[in-house]
Amino acid sequence: MSFRRFFHRSEWDEERRREIEAYIGIETDDNVARGMSPEEARSAAFRKFGNPTLVREEIFRMNTVTLVENVRQDLAYGARQLRRNPSFALVAVLSLALGIGANTAIFQLLNAVRLRSLPVKDPQELAEVRVSANKSGRTGSFSTRYPFLTNAQWELIRDRQQVFSGAFAWAPDQLNLATGGQARWAQAIYVSGGYFNVLGVVPELGRVLSADDDNHGCGSRSAVISHAFWQREFGGEASALGRKITLEGHAFEVVGVTPPNFYGVEVGRRFDVAIPLCSDAVIRGEFSRIGKNDEWWLSVTGRLKPGVSEKQAEAQLSTIAPGIFKETVPSTFTPGDAKSYLAFGLDLRPAGTGASELRRDYQAPLWLLLGIAGLVLLIACANLANLLLARATSREREIAVRQAIGASRPRILAQLLSESLLLAGTGAVLGALLAQWLSRVLVSLLTTGGQSLFVDLGVDWRVLSFTAGLAVLTCVLFGLAPALRATKVEPGTALKAGGRGMTATRERFGLRRALVLSQVALSTVLLVGALLFVRSLNNLLTVDPGFQQDGIVEVDMDFTALKVSAERRYAFQQDLMERIRAIPGVIAAGQSSEIPLGGSMSNRMIHMQGPGAVTAVSLLNNAGPDYFRTLGTPLLKGRDFGASDTPQSPKAAIVNEAFVKQFLHGADPIGREFRLETPPGKPNFPYQIVGLVKNAKYNELREEFSSIVYVPISQDEVAAPGGQVLVRSTTSSASLISDVKSVIGGVSPEIALDFHVFKTQIRDGLLRDRLMATVSGFFGLLAALLATVGLYGVMSYSVERRRNEIGIRMALGASRRGVTRMVMKEAATLLAIGLAIGAVLALLGASAAGSIWLFGLKAYDPLTLMTAIVALAVSALLAAYFPARRAASLEPMTALRED
Amino acid sequence: MLVLQTLVLGPSHGHTIAHAIEHRSEDVLQVEHGSLYPALHRIEDRGWISSFWGTSENNRRARYYRLTPTGRKQLADQTSRWDELVNAVNRVLRPVTK
Repeated sequence: MSFRRFFHRSEWDEERRREIEAYIGIETDDNVARGMSPEEARSAAFRKFGNPTLVREEIFRMNTVTLVENVRQDLAYGARQLRRNPSFALVAVLSLALGIGANTAIFQLLNAVRLRSLPVKDPQELAEVRVSANKSGRTGSFSTRYPFLTNAQWELIRDRQQVFSGAFAWAPDQLNLATGGQARWAQAIYVSGGYFNVLGVVPELGRVLSADDDNHGCGSRSAVISHAFWQREFGGEASALGRKITLEGHAFEVVGVTPPNFYGVEVGRRFDVAIPLCSDAVIRGEFSRIGKNDEWWLSVTGRLKPGVSEKQAEAQLSTIAPGIFKETVPSTFTPGDAKSYLAFGLDLRPAGTGASELRRDYQAPLWLLLGIAGLVLLIACANLANLLLARATSREREIAVRQAIGASRPRILAQLLSESLLLAGTGAVLGALLAQWLSRVLVSLLTTGGQSLFVDLGVDWRVLSFTAGLAVLTCVLFGLAPALRATKVEPGTALKAGGRGMTATRERFGLRRALVLSQVALSTVLLVGALLFVRSLNNLLTVDPGFQQDGIVEVDMDFTALKVSAERRYAFQQDLMERIRAIPGVIAAGQSSEIPLGGSMSNRMIHMQGPGAVTAVSLLNNAGPDYFRTLGTPLLKGRDFGASDTPQSPKAAIVNEAFVKQFLHGADPIGREFRLETPPGKPNFPYQIVGLVKNAKYNELREEFSSIVYVPISQDEVAAPGGQVLVRSTTSSASLISDVKSVIGGVSPEIALDFHVFKTQIRDGLLRDRLMATVSGFFGLLAALLATVGLYGVMSYSVERRRNEIGIRMALGASRRGVTRMVMKEAATLLAIGLAIGAVLALLGASAAGSIWLFGLKAYDPLTLMTAIVALAVSALLAAYFPARRAASLEPMTALRED
Repeated sequence: MLVLQTLVLGPSHGHTIAHAIEHRSEDVLQVEHGSLYPALHRIEDRGWISSFWGTSENNRRARYYRLTPTGRKQLADQTSRWDELVNAVNRVLRPVTK
């Protein structure tokens, strides 16, 4: 059998037709010669020849590649069936497109943050070095998003490792481009000399940073900028090379531009500027992290030498680890801290997919959402299966006839399935298109005002195969059962049963009921889940954090550029504070080192003095006068910080209720004393508690209130050249911001300023909760809708099939109410069983996942469960009521006369 | 085999082949002439015969078939195998007449 002929079948057929024509012609001539009349001669010729069409068909078949031809025919047949029933096709394709689109969109995002490799040379060879801390954990200051190693550790690893062909350290930071006034932020990365070479980044313009740029002292002050930053700030001009940019007031020379596809090694972010690691000393000056062994701020990655496995590499690292830790013990550590530090080890983990905060925070939620979207797709499939079952029943006779005249069962199955395949295929194509838009909506849900998210949502083979897989799976799910069912009927039985289709009603109907049951059950699960997330978000939005959120603006000031001497800084801060307080509309303004729920945290070991002394860790915040009044946190006892708290006066402290409970067992705290654990060699002052405030949240809204010690910022050892001020005002935040700008700008235009609206910042911290509530809420409603439609479909169908029976009942005296009740009872039974199964599943699912995700309610929240059940029950019964009404309004005589 | 044998004498078209088989078997092998065509098609597909359009004795366009070298060889093979078979069957059927 040749494909050559297969594709020229019609030409061949034409050839045969002419050949047969020729035969008939010759035979007719012969017959005429034998003395027949022309007509007689021609029909005799045909008799002699047999059936020309049959002959042609036989030859046609010989020329056919059976499988290909069958598939082609089946698809054409399927398309014809769908065209004949456009509303069914539309509903099916739309629901599949929505389901597949939602799944693909979530998968695309997961792929981007979890699965895709970095766009650098041979990403699979990259491995990241981390400290494996023992259970006491690491001590010190953690100042970046990836604070895994200290500079001293990095330098020793770089010099002593033998497993990488090259290694680099990097750390992200946000640096101010402006030289005063409103801050303009650049996303910066500090990179060690090997960064670009190890990653294999070839510059688009100029050169990349190398080991020569990264040395102690940092003479060169070079910067490499990203393609996007180059376009934005320099209009893509080649003259950008050699130009200066200012970072936190320090000039850096642009020496190169990276290619457009390189965004760094952090998925979800893009760097603007890369500067040598040593520039930390330039930018942070006295606060530089370079020489400090308790500053964890670097992330270290290496490229494994060819032939070195990750295991071998880890083994080598563990041989050099003890030496490295021994030489880098921070001098500030207590003996206990030092002991646990020396026991640390080094591990490796694959780094081909880069670092990502996004992955850490959203991987699990995205998998969960993918699961939810999968369930929705399943419900949609159940709906389609139901519709197809109904159609298969109405085509029962057709199929029976075809089987009776010799069509094989596999062939009919293939035909029915190809119809499903067409639906699934079209749905998948539309879904993939829809996903491009949906995934962008998802990303926008994850983006806040202050933080843009850069995710490469490109379609790759993973996304394509995921979508194709979904299409095939859905096709089998909704197409197979109805098709099997339709072809199982004995042709004879189906034909005998006539148009009424009384055959196997119970059994077939059982499948449909099972489908509806599972729909109801699954949508109960989804609705319960959605309600839990929505209620959890609502709890978070309405929980009392212990402070006010409205009308407060955070002002960040930095007057490093003015070079105010350390002794005068506090006075300078106070001057700025007074000017802010004098702005019309300002109610109160207070400084603090940590902004509540702002992301930074500080804690210390507290030794309570006196009877029943407790030693434990407490959160710490350095606050200024009026801090509590600004936030609206009530002072319950004692006094606020004031001008009398100076570096020379006795150390004062204010504590919260949780502190009193933990450290003092509820006793009156005023006048009590404690000491902070201090590093060896530092003076250890006693602190006297002068005030008691109400509890407030510190790190996040979800947490329980914990002990907080507030100490006056005025007693800081060294005042900072700047600070964070919370300002509460009766005016709008926009006008407050512009007032603060003009007042501080009046003092000096060189003071850098940045503003955050307090409430917005807190809301942004609930991004994940909002995402879960929004998306799962949407899916929950969709699921409920699909299940309702499903129940409606099954009930309508059931009433339609039972017209005769209902007609007879009514003729025999059943009342219309009775008929309605009968139909409704059937629906209610289905619903009740589905809801019961769903409730059990929901409880199981929620208790497995719930405690991590939910706030302020238990996974087995009875109110939520009841709400979901009642909502589903009402809508489903409403959906069943219409078919029931139709049944009741049946005219018995019409119904009976129909057959 | 029968078709191939008919073509040994030279190219001919379907009508001739059908009548030739009928005549040479002295009308024992009577078939619908139409069924010849699928057979011709199959044999041509195997490359034993080739075809071309020509003009028949009474001036009609007709498709002529010709034996190819492979077909000639095939005929020889099949004929000898057939003879063997016939002889074998004959030996079984008439063992005692000798």
